[in-house]
Formats: sequence, structure tokens, C-alpha cells
Amino acid sequence: MIIPHPILGPRDAQEFVYLGDASLIDRPDGMTAGIEVFHDYLYNRDNPAGLHRELWYHEQGDRSWLVVTRDTVTHEIVSAELARDVARARGRSK
Amino acid sequence: MRYSGLRVIAEALTGHKGWKPVWRDPAPQAAYDYVIVGGGGHGLATAYYLAKEFKQARIAVLEKGYLGGGNVGRNTTIIRSNYLLDGNEPFYEFSLKLWEGLEQDFNYNAMVSQRGIINLIHTDAQRDAFTRRGNAMILNGADAEMVSRDQLRAMYPFLNFDNARFPIKGALMQRRGGTVRHDAVAWGYARGADMRGVDLIQNCEVTGMRIENGRILGVETTRGFIGAKKVGVAVAGSSSRVMAHAGMRLPIESHVLQAFVSEGLKPLIDGVMTFGAGHFYVSQSDKGGLVFGGDIDGYNSYAQRGNLPVIEDVAEGGMALMPMIGRARLLRMWGGIMDMSMDGSPIIDRTSVDGLYFNGGWCYGGFKATPASGWCFAHLLATDQPHPTATAYRFDRFLKGLMIDEKGQGAQPNLH
Repeated sequence: MIIPHPILGPRDAQEFVYLGDASLIDRPDGMTAGIEVFHDYLYNRDNPAGLHRELWYHEQGDRSWLVVTRDTVTHEIVSAELARDVARARGRSK
Repeated sequence: MRYSGLRVIAEALTGHKGWKPVWRDPAPQAAYDYVIVGGGGHGLATAYYLAKEFKQARIAVLEKGYLGGGNVGRNTTIIRSNYLLDGNEPFYEFSLKLWEGLEQDFNYNAMVSQRGIINLIHTDAQRDAFTRRGNAMILNGADAEMVSRDQLRAMYPFLNFDNARFPIKGALMQRRGGTVRHDAVAWGYARGADMRGVDLIQNCEVTGMRIENGRILGVETTRGFIGAKKVGVAVAGSSSRVMAHAGMRLPIESHVLQAFVSEGLKPLIDGVMTFGAGHFYVSQSDKGGLVFGGDIDGYNSYAQRGNLPVIEDVAEGGMALMPMIGRARLLRMWGGIMDMSMDGSPIIDRTSVDGLYFNGGWCYGGFKATPASGWCFAHLLATDQPHPTATAYRFDRFLKGLMIDEKGQGAQPNLH
């Protein structure tokens, strides 16, 4: 698989480490959210067959985190964004 | 129809005209007491034990494709019970004992071959860890023994004992482990269930679940609505998709695992060998092909095919362990979809919906678990109580901090 890195251009997926569903960006506040909410965040996944937004870390590259949109049925990669931009757009400070 | 030597001789003398289809192909009835979703190894075993051991009637197995066409036909056929943790080892030992009596039990030749499995050791620390695991196995009634480097050299002289990175220092061995003809497991259970009146309904995909007031009434399928008092889902690989019909999110990701078969070779490896440090394991089929594999690809996938980097990684592992494998041609390779759970262990449990039960999260260890998985799921469906060897496989273990994490990797499915 080739990941279209928004800064570096097309890069082999082997340069990246896979983390999982991009919803991991939306970590609830562990002090206020409560056990059930944090349990759901940590352990449960949508795990869709089809388009999946997921976190990849460019470990053997510029060490940026990307949000890659990929089809889990065909392995086709639709887009890649900097996770930093995605998080900011969701109102996170960094 | 029971199989026997006499029967084979009689059929040989009469032109083999007496053989009948091994199971019926019934149309679905309007309602059943039990509907099992998934006609793979685990679903068929569940139906078989529900009918045979728990004397239940009016059972149907719904399969979206053909029987045994999923992971039970796509694995590398290994059976073993070499686990460490209390939540796992009694269950897998129960499974291995069921394997040992399986062919007599369901009167079908599944080619159960207890040819022994070895896990290679490369360091003192690994020897300590495997000694501990072997002791845990023995405490739970399984067999385990430590094999020295010299003993191993007598068994497999061709291994690369002096590999600079992973020199081979010995192994943990379970002699009762081995391989089974995987398709025959599905066929044997299917035949046994059919003989006891279970309806095996193929080309019947579940497209929805009818749930009212927190209770399941039945399932919507491509062949119409089928009512059920209890529904058991055993569709590992597709668990998240099916359970989404009940509005549930699971502690599971679907990942692709690849497997490989070489051209047929003369007898070379008489047991099963795992080279964990090199992400490689291998056995030899009765037809002579080396059957081997390695790690999952590592990203969510429903594709039933993997990518080239893992193929390269597996080939490198094989070359490091037994360099002569480089002379063998690869005949075929394929991928299967695994339910990778958050702690690497399975789930056999009730759900928040009355009458809806779940069996899944088998990671890449589902095949060896098939008999016990079926038995324990049948036990849960019939009695509403977990089987004594499967009490730890609960949904709420993640909420309560009671994970069964053999590798200690945490909630990161692609590392288990």
C-alpha cells in the first residue's frame, strides 16, 4: 500500500506504524468522563467493512501522525491528512 | 449412514452406488428454538453438541455462503494447548481432549494427527518463560516437556542452530499437539448435526435482527425472517458486522492473516515447529507441502488477502530457521480474516439483549479451539451458565480489569 503523505508525497506503508481507528484522537477526559465512557473509548471499535479513518505514524520518515482514509475491503487508500490538522479541526489544542 | 471398513468394501463391490449426500439441504422453517449464525467450524460444532450433548431440538445453522467456506477452510490446521494463563489453559486442554476422541465421537475421519509441536528457545530468558509455561500446562493436566539442543538436533538436524541473531538453544514441546484435516472437521460436525435433525441452511445471510423490549425474536435473512427463542452468533472475522445488527460495538478489530503452502516435498518435518522470535511457524501436510505462516498484516482488513511486505517477512523467517526452504517453490498463499480482540483472548458470553449470545474474538487461534468452543457455547445456550472452562471469556472483563492477555500487550489488537 502507498500512503499519499500530505507533505512528503507517496510513501510506502512499510515506513509507517499502524495504531487503529482515528476516533482514538477523541480521548475523553479521564477525570470527568466516567468509567463506562472511558471503557468504550479504550476497548470498543466500530470496525467497519468499507471506508475506515485510521491513525498511521510515519516512524521511518518525518515522525508525523496521519489520519488515513482507507477501504478495509479493497485496501484502497482514499486520502491522508496530518492528524494534527484533524485534531485542531475538532477543537483540540494540539 | 455410518462409515466403517465393511461399508467401504461393500460399496467397492457394488460400484459405489450406495453413497448418499452427507447432509440434507432444507429450506428454513418459520421458527426454531435455537438459531446459530455462522456455518463454520465453531457454529457447526455448537449445533452438534447442542443436539448431542444437551439434547436440544429445533436447531438451525445459518450460513451466508457454503458450509466450512470461511476460516475453518483457511487456517493452518494446528491443534495444541500450550497456554500460560488460568483463563485460557483449562479451556484449550478441554479442547485438545475433545480432539483426541473426536473421530470416534462423530464417526468421521478428521485425520487427527498428534505429531507434536515445539516452540523454539533462543535465550536464557525465553527458556525461563517457556519452563514456566510448561509448568502451568502440566498443572492444568496438559503435557509439556523441555527439549535440549542436542535432542532437537536429533529431531531436526537441518535447522540453523548457530544463527547469529537467534541461535537455537532448545524448545518447549507438547507431544499431544499436532494437526487435523480442517475441512473434515467442518464436514464431520455438519454431518453429525444433520443426523440429529439440525437444519443446515446455506446461502442464507443474516441481514438484521428483530429485537423488541430488549429480547431477540429472530433474525432477518436473505431467505426471509426466521424466528428464534435463542440466537447464537459464531461468525469470527465478521463479528462486528453481524453484531452491529443488534446495535453493538465490540472490543474487536478485523485483521488479515496470511498462510502459505509450498510445492509437495518428501517427508521432512514430522511435527509442528514455531519460531516465534522470527515470526514464522511451519508443519508439513500429508501431501508433502510445507504449510507455514507468520504475523498478521497489522491493519484493519476484511479483504481475505494480504500484502507483499508480510510475505517477504515470513519468507525471511523461514530462511533464517531452515535455509534449505529457499529451494522450495511457493505453491499458493491466501488470507483469512481474524477477530483480533483487545487482549488476544476470545469471548463466549451472553449479551445485553435477552436470548442473544456471542462467540468470537478468536484472534488467530480459533481452529484448535473448535470442539471446546462449540461445546462451551452449546452449554451457555442450553443452560444460560458458562461452561466451567470458559468462565473467564466474558464481555465485561475489559470493564473490570480482568483481561486474559497472554502476551501482555494491552489494548492493541494488532500486537496480539
